[in-house]
Amino acid sequence: MTNPIPAPAKKLTPLLEARDVTMKFGGVTAVDHVDLVLNEVELRCLIGPNGAGKSTFFKMLTGQLRPSGGSIRFRGNEIGGAHPHDIARRGVGIKTQVPNLFDGLSARENVFIAAARRKSVARATAIVVEVLERLHLTDIADREVGRLAHGQRQWVELATVLAQEPELILLDEPAAGMTKAEVEQTAQLILEINRTQAVVVVEHDMQFIRRIAKVVTVFNQGKILVEDHVDRVLADERVRNVYLGNSISA
Amino acid sequence: MTSHSLGRFLDQYGGAGSFLSVCLLLILVMFGLPLFVSTFGLLQVTILAVMSIFALSQGFVWGFAGIMSFGQAGFLGLGAYAYAVAVINYGDSTLAVPISIILPMLFAAVMGYFMFYGRISDAYVGVITLTVSVILFQLINSTSGSQYRIGVVELGGFNGIPAIPPLNLIGDPSRPLDQTGIWYATMGGLLLVYSLLRFILMSRFGRVVVAIRENETRAQLIGYDPRLFKLLAFVIGAGIAGLAGCLYVNWAGYISPGVFALTMSAQAIIFVLVGGLGTLLGPILGAVLIQWLINTIGDQGTVDPGLGLGIILVAFVLLFPKGIVPLVQAAIQQALTLRKRNVGSPLPVDADPLQSGAE
Amino acid sequence: MDLAGLIAFNVVTGIATLCLITIGLGVIYGMMRIINLAHGELMMLGAFTCIIATEAGINIWISIFVLSPLVVGIIGLVLERTIIRFLYGRILDTMLATWGMSIGLTGLIVTVFGNNVRTLANPAPSFGIGAYSTSLYGLVIVAVAVGALGSLFALLRLTKFGLILRATMERPGMAAALGIKPDTVYMATFALGSALAGMAGAVLAPISGVSPVMGVAYITRAFITVLGGGAAIVTGTGLASMLFGTIDELVSFKASPVIGSVAMLMTAVVLIRIFPTGITGRFLRRSL
Repeated sequence: MTNPIPAPAKKLTPLLEARDVTMKFGGVTAVDHVDLVLNEVELRCLIGPNGAGKSTFFKMLTGQLRPSGGSIRFRGNEIGGAHPHDIARRGVGIKTQVPNLFDGLSARENVFIAAARRKSVARATAIVVEVLERLHLTDIADREVGRLAHGQRQWVELATVLAQEPELILLDEPAAGMTKAEVEQTAQLILEINRTQAVVVVEHDMQFIRRIAKVVTVFNQGKILVEDHVDRVLADERVRNVYLGNSISA
Repeated sequence: MTSHSLGRFLDQYGGAGSFLSVCLLLILVMFGLPLFVSTFGLLQVTILAVMSIFALSQGFVWGFAGIMSFGQAGFLGLGAYAYAVAVINYGDSTLAVPISIILPMLFAAVMGYFMFYGRISDAYVGVITLTVSVILFQLINSTSGSQYRIGVVELGGFNGIPAIPPLNLIGDPSRPLDQTGIWYATMGGLLLVYSLLRFILMSRFGRVVVAIRENETRAQLIGYDPRLFKLLAFVIGAGIAGLAGCLYVNWAGYISPGVFALTMSAQAIIFVLVGGLGTLLGPILGAVLIQWLINTIGDQGTVDPGLGLGIILVAFVLLFPKGIVPLVQAAIQQALTLRKRNVGSPLPVDADPLQSGAE
Repeated sequence: MDLAGLIAFNVVTGIATLCLITIGLGVIYGMMRIINLAHGELMMLGAFTCIIATEAGINIWISIFVLSPLVVGIIGLVLERTIIRFLYGRILDTMLATWGMSIGLTGLIVTVFGNNVRTLANPAPSFGIGAYSTSLYGLVIVAVAVGALGSLFALLRLTKFGLILRATMERPGMAAALGIKPDTVYMATFALGSALAGMAGAVLAPISGVSPVMGVAYITRAFITVLGGGAAIVTGTGLASMLFGTIDELVSFKASPVIGSVAMLMTAVVLIRIFPTGITGRFLRRSL
């Protein structure tokens, strides 16, 4: 299943538009004047060494961190520094790096809570069944997620994000800690999601990136080093230098 | 909600059908006890039911919403004083009852707004709720003298308000309830509060409240505003405590600042801790057990009940932090799984060290 | 003019009193991030130690400055070893356990000594500010508060023990690197905080009266001051005492002591709303 390379933006306003976004922690600049534009139903991969600022950037997009400077617009509306719940309501969903779930509740309840935010209880219950089936989680639906294996927890979190039906999905290392077969399933799932929703993926696994990516943005030391088609990015000298010494699990 | 998920939900909170069995049990006690027990005996059990309602307010706020309210007695006291002042002024309990519920809710709304919208941490919420309840105690305690009056009622400071009329039939002050009537009213209140909380916990609102207790960040990232849900849960808990305060006055016939005392808040905490966090039956059982113990120690008179309460509190925090009911539930569950294992294939359970911390 | 003098004297005494009430709580909070709900009862035990010792004929100053801190410090040590140390890292459980200790200690003293108020003779004469008369004991309180803050500062700044304390405060792992178990440091801290609470209870006993339930009278003000002050022990306690002590005294003078407490609470709520980690958490992060 291949997707066409995204056409130039048809609409005047892009889905997400980050301009000059900066985040400083004390004396450290974690994200340094970053510009990033994402169109409707685009799939974008963010790569870069640890500490390059990708997760910090995500946290500003979701409202968990208030940017020190710059603007973030979602569908033309400023969301920089807004409350996380407010941003989520506008249609941004995130799977965080460390699985972040309601540990004492079952997988079904986790997904229900996500679905019920916008839907009636009956509709939400139907969505839960759909999503659990789609992600092959029906068998473990009634188990407490705190007791599930890491890979399963990743999938449950993906399920909660899907149940929210967001227009922009942020995935922070969705393939981390998964088996080879699970990684392939995840890649297929992301491509499938991307048919209707925009997705931004942070990932270290280069094979995974090759499998799904079209346009790749490379972060380094809080700045964007390069942004281009995946083949050209991975062949880029600068990108190779940045990753030198860091293991590219290819 | 499908019957399947409803069943599952009931299952999680104490076994399928447990709601109906608890209700049946309460009704049985409510109507059965007066047949066997003298009026004096009924008086002694009425306080257990009052304390059960108080325990449910703490159990909901702490056990389900995860809010460390260390000052539930503040709302108990506000409810008690609101009822006393209103019933004496109106000469009729019809309006006094809703007032005793609504006033603590309003107070909790203001307090909760500052705490939850001020992003105050859990530990600070504990300290602030405790501090506020102690200050309320000191405030009421300092109202001696005829200048502190509301309508015709002198607040009476340390001595409190004497001779408070009991509940009467709705809209008919000429027909006050007797001791047995107050027993029925109290048990009716308990049944109502228990059912209400059960209903809330099954609703979407209740599920989100529990979800926020489990993981506030995730709830936010899904689009729920944890501040609002915590505030509402806190306000509901205050209303229940207020009702308990109203019934407490009816049981005692007078009111003194003692209802605001720190030991009262501590008792609520102990009821819930002993009975079990995150259950509704637990706090009721805890209240009955502990209040009975307090009364027994109090009657015997050589040892201060506080000594026993303190030891129980420390012991449960150290040894059984989940209380009695989950302990029993776990034992039953273990027995069931053992049986299942003998029948079917065992499911491997992955122990995951990642538990959400108490942040 | 005389009245202004009296008010000024009372404000200074009020600040010093608040400082004394808070310092033991502040030490434990600053080091261990534990709000010790038994703080008021530790003060109560200090007051009881003092009154029992003086009734047995021991000099009151020795009772206040030696016996009370010693006895309550040892009690704190025992409580830490038998209860608190099993709960490190579980802040809320620790609070509950200290609450249990608080109720239990009150109950124990009521059981043994009965629930009544005893008085201790005020060892200082009174003096006049113009037409008004007040007790010189206020000066004693001021001296003790300044002395306690000063020696605590010296302890943290100048001694090896202080260095270890500060290292543990910054990061518990550091103390381990210095060859000291954080466990031992926490034990010492809890004992020190308890001893300070015991001394404060004894110092204030001649003006407060002594009863098993006296602890409650102190805790609201102590909690508010610690929350407002933040984690820095010396500067936090000092600054917050100045702020809240002034508010408390002035409002109490205008209205009543209870309204003074209400005003303190309101100020604290606003303060925490603006600076969630207290004054020192915001401005003086690296102070003591």
